Formats: sequence, C-alpha cells, structure tokens
Amino acid sequence: MSDKVTQLQSEPEEGGCTKSGCGAGSEPLSHLPEAIRQKVHNHPCYSEQAHHHYARMHVAVAPACNIQCHYCNRKYDCANESRPGVVSELLTSQQAVKKVLAVAANIPQMTVLGVAGPGDPLANPERTLGTFRELAEKAPDIKLCLSTNGLALPKHVEEIAALNVDHVTITINCVDPDIGAQIYPWIFWNNRRVRGRKAAEILIEQQQRGLEMLVAKGVLVKVNSVMIPGVNDQHLKEVSKVVKAKGAFLHNVMPLIAEPEHGTFYGLMGQRSPNNAELQALQDACAGDMAMMRHCRQCRADAVGMLGEDRGAEFTLDKIETMEIDYAAAMERRAQVHAQIEATRSAQAAQVQQGGETLVPISILKRPKAEPPLRPLLVAVASEGMGLVNQHFGHAREFLVYEASTQGVRFIGARKADNYCDGGDSCGDGDAKWSAILKALEGCEVMLCSRIGMGPWEKLEAAGIEPNNEYPMEPIEAAVAAIYRQWQEAGRLHRAAAPRNALSA
Amino acid sequence: MAYQIVAACTNCWACQPLCPSEAIYPAAPHFLIDAKRCTECDGAYSEPQCAAICPIEAAIVDSQGVAVNPPGSLTGIPPERMAAARAEIGAR
Ligand code: SF4
Ligand code: SF4
Repeated sequence: MSDKVTQLQSEPEEGGCTKSGCGAGSEPLSHLPEAIRQKVHNHPCYSEQAHHHYARMHVAVAPACNIQCHYCNRKYDCANESRPGVVSELLTSQQAVKKVLAVAANIPQMTVLGVAGPGDPLANPERTLGTFRELAEKAPDIKLCLSTNGLALPKHVEEIAALNVDHVTITINCVDPDIGAQIYPWIFWNNRRVRGRKAAEILIEQQQRGLEMLVAKGVLVKVNSVMIPGVNDQHLKEVSKVVKAKGAFLHNVMPLIAEPEHGTFYGLMGQRSPNNAELQALQDACAGDMAMMRHCRQCRADAVGMLGEDRGAEFTLDKIETMEIDYAAAMERRAQVHAQIEATRSAQAAQVQQGGETLVPISILKRPKAEPPLRPLLVAVASEGMGLVNQHFGHAREFLVYEASTQGVRFIGARKADNYCDGGDSCGDGDAKWSAILKALEGCEVMLCSRIGMGPWEKLEAAGIEPNNEYPMEPIEAAVAAIYRQWQEAGRLHRAAAPRNALSA
Repeated sequence: MAYQIVAACTNCWACQPLCPSEAIYPAAPHFLIDAKRCTECDGAYSEPQCAAICPIEAAIVDSQGVAVNPPGSLTGIPPERMAAARAEIGAR
C-alpha cells in the first residue's frame, strides 16, 4: 500500500485520481492524511473502495427548507422517483431512531446514517440534531453525517462538532453572487424572503464561513456541486480551488438532472443537463485540484442499502413497528461482519500488491516509441458489489464505467441505466429502457457482466458495444486490464478511428 | 383578519415553527391556520412569516382570499410555460 501511495504522491501532475481504487490497493483518497483516511475508510459514500462493501442509509426527518434552488421542485414526490432529495415517508426523530436501529440490525454492513432532506437538515435543527443526539447514545458504532445548503450552518457548527458528527456535506454551486443569482431565486434569511443577487451573496457568505468553522473544529467537510451547463460549469473549477484551500477533503461534481416532467425551473425552461463526456471532462479538470468522488449515486433522501440499491421498502414504518431489535446483540454481529469485510479487503489489497493479475503491469503496456499511440478503452461493468464482475446484464440498474489506458485502469463513474426511475408500466416501455441503457453506455466499447441473454447480446453488438461474460466473479480491474491487453494484442487499440458508439458532443 | 393555508400546501413544515402566534398546526390533508389566533404577524414582523418562507406558490392566501405568493413569484417559472408543460405531459 505504501508503495502505491508514494507513487501517487510523486506524480502530482496526474492527481490522485488517475489510478482506480476499486478493489485495489489505493484510491483517490490515498493522498489524504492518515487520520482522515481512517475516518473515511469504511464510509461507502466517500471511499471508492468501501462503497463495494458497506451500506449507508438516509432518514427523511427534515422536511422544511430555507432556500429555493432552480433544480428542485418542492412539490414532487413520486414513488418511482429516485432523484436526490425526493422522499416518500417523513419520519419524526423517534421513528427515525427506531428505523436506524432496525436497519443496522438487519443489514450489518450499514456503517453510516445520513440526514439529507427532503428539505435542508439545518432548517430543521430540532429534528435533525435530535435524531443524532439519540443515536449517538443508542448506536455509538454508527457514523453520523449530514448534508446542507449551508445557509444555517454557522450557527449550528458548535453542536455538530459536539455531537461527533464526522462528515458534513455542503452543496456549493458557486462562489460568485452573479452566478448564484441564476441558481437561487430566493432564500429565507432573518425573517424575510430575500431575492436575487443579495440572496446569493448571503448564502455564499454563510457557506464559506460554515466550511471554515467546521474545518477549524476538525469536522470533515465534503463539497457537492451541481454542474449546470452554461451557468456554473466553467466556474466550478474556481469553486474547487477555493474549497480545497479552505480545507474541504473531497469535491463531488454531480450532473444537473433536468426534465420538464420534474416541474423544476430548469426542467421547464429548457436548461439542459450535461452529457457524460462533459461531466467527465469537468471532473478531470477539477481533479487536478483535489480528490473527486466519481461513484456518487445521487441518492434519494430516504435511501437504504448499498450505494446504487434502495431497500427502503423493507423498512417502512409499519414493518419496523413489528420488529424486535436487540441492539446490543446486533452491535456484536455488526462488529464481526465488519471484521470479515476488512479481512476480505486486506486480502484483495494484498493480491494487488503481489502484482498478480489485478493491475495492468504498466511496463508491458508501455508502447515502443515508434508505434502509433494506443487509445484508451472505456469498459462498462455490471456489478452487485464486492468489486467483482458479478451481475447479470438484465439485472443491472447502473453500470460502473472504467477507463483502461497505457496508464492503467481507473474508475470513471457510475451511470444509471434506469433514468432515475424504478420502472413500472407508467414509466416507459422496453424501448425507453433500452435507450436509457444505451445512453448510460455512451462511449463504452465493452460491456462486462457475469451473464447476458442472447437478445440483449445482439442488441448491444448492433449498437457497437461488445458484450463480454468471460470474467464472472473476477475482480473488476483484473478483468478490465485483461480485456485491454487482448485488444492491444489484437491491434485494436492502434486504430485511430473513433469507435462506433462514440461520445456525442 | 387572518391568513389561510389552502389545498396547494405540501405539508413541508417550514411555516409552523415560525409563527409568532402559534396559529399554525398540522392537519389532514394539509396544514391549517387557526383564524382566531393569526395576527397576520402585525407588530411582530414586517413580513407575515408563514408567507415569507412558504416554498409553494398559492398555498397561503390573505384575508381577501388572494394568494400571497402568486404563480411564478417563487419559482420564476412563467405560469403560461407551466400550463403548457402540464398540457403537453398530460397528453402523452
Ligand atoms: S400570518 Fe403570521 S400569525 Fe398568521 S399564521 Fe402566518 S405566521 Fe402565524
Ligand atoms: S410552508 Fe407552505 S407548503 Fe409548507 S406547510 Fe406551510 S403552508 Fe404548507
């Protein structure tokens, strides 16, 4: 591990993100001080490795909000909807505590409880901090985190630190009030509704002050930004620099989700979302400045389970009402499960260390100078977790996208294939589903899964994407590396011609 | 003289803790204002607090029954655009 870390540190121009960390010995967080790495080691949202193994849950205890964002519609709540901030069932602090204990007992991989909405957690301080207070006492093995727009942050920093909340996420879309005025129509501040540039100015000031205060208290701060093409896309590079300088440990750039049917300002006024290539380019540009988070799934405010899955339906109020929870026993079992997971992770890391199959030996791929350059290859992977190629194509609701190049294999991001919708007849037929899948696979030339039916196989081939089911249950990176080698040996990477399923501009 | 919460309310709880008269209470299908208690925030705040934080257009009306936050005033979405989009989506 230490070799790997040194290697990454000695290549500052590459940033910490050029090598993938999934299932491997290093990850984008390896540039962080040891104390922070310890803290995020088993946090599925912050650690790219951990998200294969650990689960998180959000409880929806915070209904009220104190600002309006142009990408949010406070009216929307559809059961099939899985956009961030959306929620079906609002809980009181007591109900939330009960639900957390039930989930932690039934899903021992659960390490993190977050409050993220559906409004702003700190616009509901009693409900949010009340939930934390009780959990800190009853379930001390669970990490607490919250995410906020930052407006009310400075006045709650003291208590957040006192409650031992270990991560706070602030959504910061700009540090320039003129840009902010195009994102936030109003805020509620000092008993008034404040609009326009003034509103953005106050919000930015509070966000920045909150960030500084949290860092001073030793609380980890992550910054989320929504990439809005033509509004803040270029500006986010500046945001990344500013928040890094102030001590944020991660910057997560997420794509705007805007469709007319969501009823948001952006959706209805025709503001477009960024495409995958634009998002990736901006994430790469910001990565030069700090660790980026590429596996973020933009969860609902009541999501339960591993990232990318939602088991919330198993833990509705009436169901948890009937569950008998012995938390002391559950905590013991949780400790055992976590120890097992850590043993698996060390074993995987050790495998990487020995060279073995898992990392592309870069020396092998180093091309002789005279030959034409090898192009990189994007590979989409269907995985249920554990860092393995272990999912049937037909069950995949998202794909993990990896880039293989002469530099090695790196994780690019997770792409949803279900268009933020759980399906159902009302939400689109087979064709709609296929177009969502093909959109998610944009730019990828290989689709790696454990199994796949004949029909989908042919459809993928017709779209210029090569299905591959030859690596079932293998570590993802080893499989991607092996495919890259095969393509190289077959001379397929010399071809300068753009692939058929090209990235659209 | 009293404000009133009407059907558009989404039960977001934002207004309830802010009312200086403790006039707002949760109810089904939506929050209500106790007309006997509501003072329209007179003497307490320059802006009636419930209407100043409510994120939903036309959820709160004044004593004349006029929406304090009319359509378009909070989201910036022109009402015609909203109506056109509704019709378009409904027709699918
Ligand atoms: S107008 Fe003021 S007093 Fe009346 S319900 Fe609203 S907040 Fe309460
Ligand atoms: S703020 Fe508006 S939408 Fe929210 S509960 Fe009060 S009246 Fe209803």
